[in-house]
Amino acid sequence: METFIHQIVAGIATGGVYASLALALVMIYQSTHHINFAQGEIAMFATYLAWTLINAGFPYWVAFFGTVILAFALGVLIQRVIIRPVENAPVLNVVVVFIGLLVILNSLAGWIFTYTIKSFPSPFPKEPPFGLSFISSHELGSIGVTIVLLVMLYSFFRFTPLGLAMRAAAQNPDSSRLVGIRVGWMLALGWGLAAVLGSIAGMMIAPIVFLEPNMMSGVLLYAFAAALVGGIDSPGGAVLGGFLVGILENLLGAYVIGTELKLSVALVLIVTVLTIRPAGLFGKVIVTRV
Amino acid sequence: MAVACVLPFFLSNYHVFQASMVLSTAIALVGLNILTGYSGQISLGHGAFLAIGAYTTAILMDKFDVPYWATIPVAGLVCLVAGFLFGLPALKLEGHYLALATFALAVALPQLLKFRYLEPWTGGVQGIVIMKPDPPISSFMGLTLNSDRWLYFVALLVAALMYLVAWNLLRGRIGRALIAIRDQPTAAALMGIDTSLYKSLAFGVSALFTGVAGSLSAILVAFVAPDSFTVFLSITLMVGMVVGGLTSLPGALYGAAFVQFIPNLADQISKAAPWAIYGALLIVLMIVLPGGIAGGLNLLWSKVTNRTGALQ
Amino acid sequence: MKKRHMIIGSVALLSATLLTPVLAQKKYDPGASDTEIKIGQTMPYSGPASAYGTIGKVQAAYFKQLNEQGGINGRKINFISLDDGYSPPKTVEMVRKLVEQEEVLVLLGTLGTPSNTAIHKYVNTKKVPHMFLATGASKWNDPKGHPWTIGFNPNYNSEGRLYGQEIVRTKPNAKIAVLFQNDDYGKDYYSGFKDGLGDKAKSMIVAEASYEVTDPTIDSQIVTLKGSGADTFFNITTPKFAAQAIRKVDDIGWKPTHYLNNVSASVGSVLKPAGLEKSVGLISMLYIKEGSDKRWDTDPTMNDFKALIKKYAPEVNPDDGNATYGYAVSQLMAHVLKQAGDNLTRENIMKIAASLKDHQIPMALPGVLANTAADDFALFQTMQLVRFDGSIWVPFGKPQSVR
Repeated sequence: METFIHQIVAGIATGGVYASLALALVMIYQSTHHINFAQGEIAMFATYLAWTLINAGFPYWVAFFGTVILAFALGVLIQRVIIRPVENAPVLNVVVVFIGLLVILNSLAGWIFTYTIKSFPSPFPKEPPFGLSFISSHELGSIGVTIVLLVMLYSFFRFTPLGLAMRAAAQNPDSSRLVGIRVGWMLALGWGLAAVLGSIAGMMIAPIVFLEPNMMSGVLLYAFAAALVGGIDSPGGAVLGGFLVGILENLLGAYVIGTELKLSVALVLIVTVLTIRPAGLFGKVIVTRV
Repeated sequence: MAVACVLPFFLSNYHVFQASMVLSTAIALVGLNILTGYSGQISLGHGAFLAIGAYTTAILMDKFDVPYWATIPVAGLVCLVAGFLFGLPALKLEGHYLALATFALAVALPQLLKFRYLEPWTGGVQGIVIMKPDPPISSFMGLTLNSDRWLYFVALLVAALMYLVAWNLLRGRIGRALIAIRDQPTAAALMGIDTSLYKSLAFGVSALFTGVAGSLSAILVAFVAPDSFTVFLSITLMVGMVVGGLTSLPGALYGAAFVQFIPNLADQISKAAPWAIYGALLIVLMIVLPGGIAGGLNLLWSKVTNRTGALQ
Repeated sequence: MKKRHMIIGSVALLSATLLTPVLAQKKYDPGASDTEIKIGQTMPYSGPASAYGTIGKVQAAYFKQLNEQGGINGRKINFISLDDGYSPPKTVEMVRKLVEQEEVLVLLGTLGTPSNTAIHKYVNTKKVPHMFLATGASKWNDPKGHPWTIGFNPNYNSEGRLYGQEIVRTKPNAKIAVLFQNDDYGKDYYSGFKDGLGDKAKSMIVAEASYEVTDPTIDSQIVTLKGSGADTFFNITTPKFAAQAIRKVDDIGWKPTHYLNNVSASVGSVLKPAGLEKSVGLISMLYIKEGSDKRWDTDPTMNDFKALIKKYAPEVNPDDGNATYGYAVSQLMAHVLKQAGDNLTRENIMKIAASLKDHQIPMALPGVLANTAADDFALFQTMQLVRFDGSIWVPFGKPQSVR
């Protein structure tokens, strides 16, 4: 029984990792209606920027907020320079651009920082919380951070005029322009904010998995699954999806099928969930008119 | 076509091998195009069908001593069935969700190939080494035929055949139905087209093409292993298709050449970060040539013919 | 007396005429000439195994420096290392390019078990020396079936067996948990380990878990393994996951006898990130000098190495086990080529590589000697167990023979 609880808690811990990146994916989707495959690499690159700052001697929190600002700038820059020219292109062209971006960032990170793993500090205390041995303070802290970000994101989109403008710009750019929304800048803002979310996710994930250029590739798949299973336009759903995926992955591996077929079973589950609820557990069902 | 036939006699064996690989990839891209370009369904998991085709060939050749040319149609058929079966539930999903399901397929398949209970068949993590077939005749009209050249011609024949099949398919009723489903799915359904059947069929057929390509590639490389079929392969296929040109059958050839040769070129340009060059090239291509290489060539052609027309 | 002089004179004349051409004869196979020797290699500079790219970088630096110092027997080394992204079809393509287009003399240190399996038959058919492979799979020691392939790494299978035998010897009632990477390398170690345990394998191994290279973390597997109540742990993981495992094991308060595979035994690139205090007590096997080991601070080879990478590959960390490994391999290659002198045929090079007698590679641990014979291509016949004391790996027990 104790091991079972361990597995659930460990699952929540890894789930927290997926949830934080899933949140960034949702952010970018809600503001641009694109799923950005390069999100993980942007997060990874931002984390390397943080690492550089910390290595240069800056205290953790200075580096943290410095990175957040740099990530925002990076996101906006990418949108203005790379994404804008293909804004009106067919979806697949945009996907290829994302892949190009992914590959560029990964390769640059490997070139500049090498592929050897680096440890990344955690702002949370080293001792396990409340004497529990199966979740570290950092993991608990990261989950807390993710939930705070979730609440902030949700309130931003639901309750602020800017959030409304961003959602409108993504959903119906033409009508939005007619009401005076600067669609271009809304999209850039969306990218900037998503990069910020990604960078925070990266800085929370790196202490757990160790910093290296391929750090996010494994996470991206699960975050992608989490975001979709939870509902790609629902931040709360994505986060919940992340935890679900983490717990399920652990339980499947430990009890059901052993670690050797984990991925195949996950596949079957994903397809099953999506067949029953095609818009994800908490997503909105889209009705298309002819 | 004539150029293609005499090519192997002017190139080194290594280049002939590369050319054969391009042909094999082109077949896969035609298959992917049938699904994505013409029926508008996205798949990030076609690498899985390359794997199934390749392993079918490998297992048949290794365990059952089936001659290599006979394994190709079998591989195609196996993938047709697999694709159709996967398509049935998966194609109820749209857009991103289908992308995720296919992506999950690509990720899960290598692990399945390594599964210990399937190991006696799949060779597990070690993979399967195949004997490279020798040409049945050692020379033809005074020109020597070695293994590489012979396999090139096999690949050429299969590619030409598959191309014809695709062309025929897309020209006819089925092609029109697929395009209708892609562009106006609700209207298509109203007009009596059984959308889910056609979509699953499209998936199955595209899987068939990809399976044939996988089978060919296994024969060419003479080795299959789970590590040959990573997620990155599926993504590369998709990139190749878009770069070559969606809804363009010649585009498959351009796209295949791109994914085969450009990484090597990038490696020569920059040893430090070759993939950065590759990625940059991808982005530039998408911005400058949204219709892919085929689209760009069409544009060029129309500009040229327009100009000659105006001169009159 | 005149007759004796005549006989001696004619013998001398005869020997002079016969010997001189032999001494002055130069023999070249493709890739060798009066001015250069071409060496080919494929290495994963991109993709999931890209951390190993350091090996290629160090080797390139080594040959570059060697060239500046005059090369080998007056010939410059043209070291062509191509990226294969750890994908076997790409390896096949690149190796064909190296052999057929670049016409290299030998292939050196090609990395990866699946990558090398893909080209195994090809290089032996083409009779190209396939040397000092960067993989420890047991199948490379096959002089009869594949006479052109010679490995370098001590056999994974044998190393696993070493640990198994050690456990049976020191802790016969151990309850063992195993974590392994779900691929060739992981399974090779695991099967050797089970062989080492013998009949008791089934009863002693109480839990096992695998992971994929694409998994983000292995924390869940560690939790499962601890839950089995095991008191001994065999950790078959590559560097990133090894660091995660070492840290997690300590964090959840599990204190097994922890065996770590040599692939991840680098202090600089694994133990330090994981936490040196958390790594105390780890048992592994070592055969190459470690950059962070203070014992070698005055060692001339170590200092040469550190100067080399500082000058030619500054982004490489001298504490990275991959770096010293790469250096050791290039030292051995240089030694073999030097011995070949002007007889740079592929056959001769293989002959020299297959007749190493108690050769001490400077970067290998003192006493770890390379020995090969026509019927046994395994370089290292003995393995030394080591235990981590918080700052260095300390040898214990005698080097054990492994077959």
